[in-house]
Amino acid sequence: MTPLAELPAGFADKVLSAQSTFRAVMDAMARPGSVQRIAAVAGAPKGMMPGTAAIALTLFDHDTPVWLDARMSARPDVAGWLKFHTSAPVIADSSVCSFALFGDPRDLPPLDRFAFGSNEYPDRSTTLILQVESFGRGTAVELRGPGIDGTAMLQVSGLPRDLFERLAVNATLFPRGVDVVLVRDEKIVAIPRSTRLAMRGG
Amino acid sequence: MYVAVKGGERAIENAHRLLAHERRGDRDVPEVSIAQISEQLSLGVDRVMAEGSLYDRELAALAIKQSRGDLIEAIFLVRAFRATLPRFGATEPVDTGEMQVRRRISSTFKDIPGGQILGPTFDYTHRLLDPQLAEGFAPEGPMVGDASGAATPRVTDILGRDGLIEPSPQGRADAIVGDLTREPLDFPAERDLRLQNLARADEGFLLALGYSTQRGYGRNHPFAGEIRFGEVEVEFMAEDAGFAVPLGSITLTECQMVNQFKGSATEAPCFTRGYGLAFGQSERKTMSMALVDRSLRARELGEELIAPAQDEEFVMSHSDNVQATGFVEHLKLPHYVDFQSELGLLRKLRKEFADATAAAPMREAAE
Amino acid sequence: MNAPSYNFAYLDEQTKRMIRRAILKAIATPGYQVPFASREMPMPYGWGTGGVQVTAAILGPDDVLKVIDQGSDDTTNAISIRKFFGKTAGVATTTSTAEATVIQTRHRIPEAPLHGGQVLVYQVPIPEPLRFLEPRETETRRMHALGEYGLMHVKLYEDIARFGHIATSYAYPVKVNARYVMDPSPTPKFDNPKMDNCPALQLFGAGREKRIYAIPPHTNVVSLDFEDHPFARYRFDAPCALCGAGDSYLDEIVTDDKGGRMFVCSDTDYCETRQAAGHRGSESAAPHREVAHG
Repeated sequence: MTPLAELPAGFADKVLSAQSTFRAVMDAMARPGSVQRIAAVAGAPKGMMPGTAAIALTLFDHDTPVWLDARMSARPDVAGWLKFHTSAPVIADSSVCSFALFGDPRDLPPLDRFAFGSNEYPDRSTTLILQVESFGRGTAVELRGPGIDGTAMLQVSGLPRDLFERLAVNATLFPRGVDVVLVRDEKIVAIPRSTRLAMRGG
Repeated sequence: MYVAVKGGERAIENAHRLLAHERRGDRDVPEVSIAQISEQLSLGVDRVMAEGSLYDRELAALAIKQSRGDLIEAIFLVRAFRATLPRFGATEPVDTGEMQVRRRISSTFKDIPGGQILGPTFDYTHRLLDPQLAEGFAPEGPMVGDASGAATPRVTDILGRDGLIEPSPQGRADAIVGDLTREPLDFPAERDLRLQNLARADEGFLLALGYSTQRGYGRNHPFAGEIRFGEVEVEFMAEDAGFAVPLGSITLTECQMVNQFKGSATEAPCFTRGYGLAFGQSERKTMSMALVDRSLRARELGEELIAPAQDEEFVMSHSDNVQATGFVEHLKLPHYVDFQSELGLLRKLRKEFADATAAAPMREAAE
Repeated sequence: MNAPSYNFAYLDEQTKRMIRRAILKAIATPGYQVPFASREMPMPYGWGTGGVQVTAAILGPDDVLKVIDQGSDDTTNAISIRKFFGKTAGVATTTSTAEATVIQTRHRIPEAPLHGGQVLVYQVPIPEPLRFLEPRETETRRMHALGEYGLMHVKLYEDIARFGHIATSYAYPVKVNARYVMDPSPTPKFDNPKMDNCPALQLFGAGREKRIYAIPPHTNVVSLDFEDHPFARYRFDAPCALCGAGDSYLDEIVTDDKGGRMFVCSDTDYCETRQAAGHRGSESAAPHREVAHG
């Protein structure tokens, strides 16, 4: 494992970078399917995209247990970097994590391995952060629901073939369910549980 | 011609300037110092520390000065400052059994190991206004004796050895103690959060609730097992060093109530507990707290929930004087938009009522 | 003495993270009240601490902030909050609805249509729409979980039985995204239709009650009503005495003690913008003149 001193840096300006990153994530969540850009510059361990790193630095802390997929876990720097910069506990039990990070979403386990929250407290649920290959290519899906004026189209490559079908099922659990943030480099797209998905060719 | 009201900003500035002037009062009278407040209004300072949840005499005294002696306003100032402080962790539990007691009394035994120690108390003073104090008064120095080496074990521990009182619930060593300033409350709340809520609660509110239990609204037969006040050591576990580092000592008041016993076919009867703890010398507060703590244990002890003091949602939602004063006083803010909407509705309903009553006699006449 | 020093936008970063996470969950569950560990703020509970915490968590140096109370930028509490952020965050402030990126409000929604680049932050005193029907949090939480809102309909119907109308003129309950019944904060019901399909993000902060909730842009928001008693806006039937507007919510100004009164826009920016464009009402400073349209 890399010694602490050699871990990549976090944000240069913690306060303002976290603020601008949060606004990008908030805009993404408020406008499902729209591509938002994270402008803040952050160091990131190998295997973690800058967008993922910025989100982690912005939202993670010792109150948010984090779960890593096999690809992320295989990079010893990832857990060390997260712990050093965010103090977030990295845990093995996915059912109680606040955030789950996927270096390779094609290995996405069944969604019910994560926290859906309860009908009383639907907020006690996992946010999945998936690093994908690209936006604008690959599987296409039509989105409707809160945050969308009519419909929005989204195309993503590097996801499990059936992710959108699984998220369509996720939406039927509302208000329970997981929320998803897709990351490609410094670009992000969110699909909250309130979004209804319909498959389109592509 | 009508010109809309403007100049709110100037008005605010001038009001604050006037407030500062009034706070100072007659400038021929010497200004009160923080040290004077801390030393001579020390029970007020204690209350501000306790309900402000911040152990800092100097800041509490400053808050009292700034608030012109309005203690709830002072508590609010301290809380608002506290909310901005970084949190490094939780200290080791303090051991009140090892307290350097300055006062310690039990109403359940005539004498106790370590003795009854009256200490600085208003008890048994005759409440006659003292003109001497108005003049400036140099009191005699206190009587001084040799410190006793005798231990002062807690009365409830003595009762506990014979199983006469339920054991004090022991938390798991690794259990996380709740903190309602970091996590929003949800109900039912566990005792750690209830005690934290009560420790920060308004003294007057707890006093009234505790009093209500004595008058039969959820009676629980209290005895003041022990009230002690003095200094305890505070230690912080330094993870790097691997041992607890002493941070200093704080003054605390602790009240342990011994309450009505419970028992069943499978369990020998024993007394139950109510607990109160607060910064400084805060006897009324900790006694009231202990009464209300015991009342709020009704659910856990299988008692019928019939009284306000047993209703944790009611008690915990209304105990905080900073919240309460804010919401009560927010009625001072303009509400004219909603009032206008309400006026419109009321005028409409009254008109319909008037039309209906005007129409009714005419119908009758026509019949 | 521990001399106080404060962070950008007052809140410390850990508090901001906690609030930001709550905001994201609130957006994902429109109308659901997310509990959050509200902090003691340097202003009293009930005076906008929830809205202030939400604003502090989202505000950045490029934002332009507008603060209104009762629709006015010049009411004392609005000034106080605007100054607070001017001082702690150094952000630009404005009274113009169109120019603002973040608008914090108490009791009104601006008259000018909001746009997609804006966030409207509401100060909320009692976030629970069912609270006055059922004081217990444990009960109301169960009702929301089951989507069981019969109690609310019974209450509204009792009004009709007694008064012939739904006797709720402000804080009029809405249903968000066909799921949660939500308190719109004590805005007059005149403002309710503005919440529906609004292009701006709407965030609600209740500090004392420790709840945050949200309506994402373009979300379906319906005021509760009955087929035979449909929801209706209320507006005093008069043009604004200053700008002549016939579509704005009006304040009633008592002008003497002999029943004299006049009606002017509650939204001061709307009124001033119209006056600047040449619109005039009966009490305007300048004589009334026809405004050329088109």
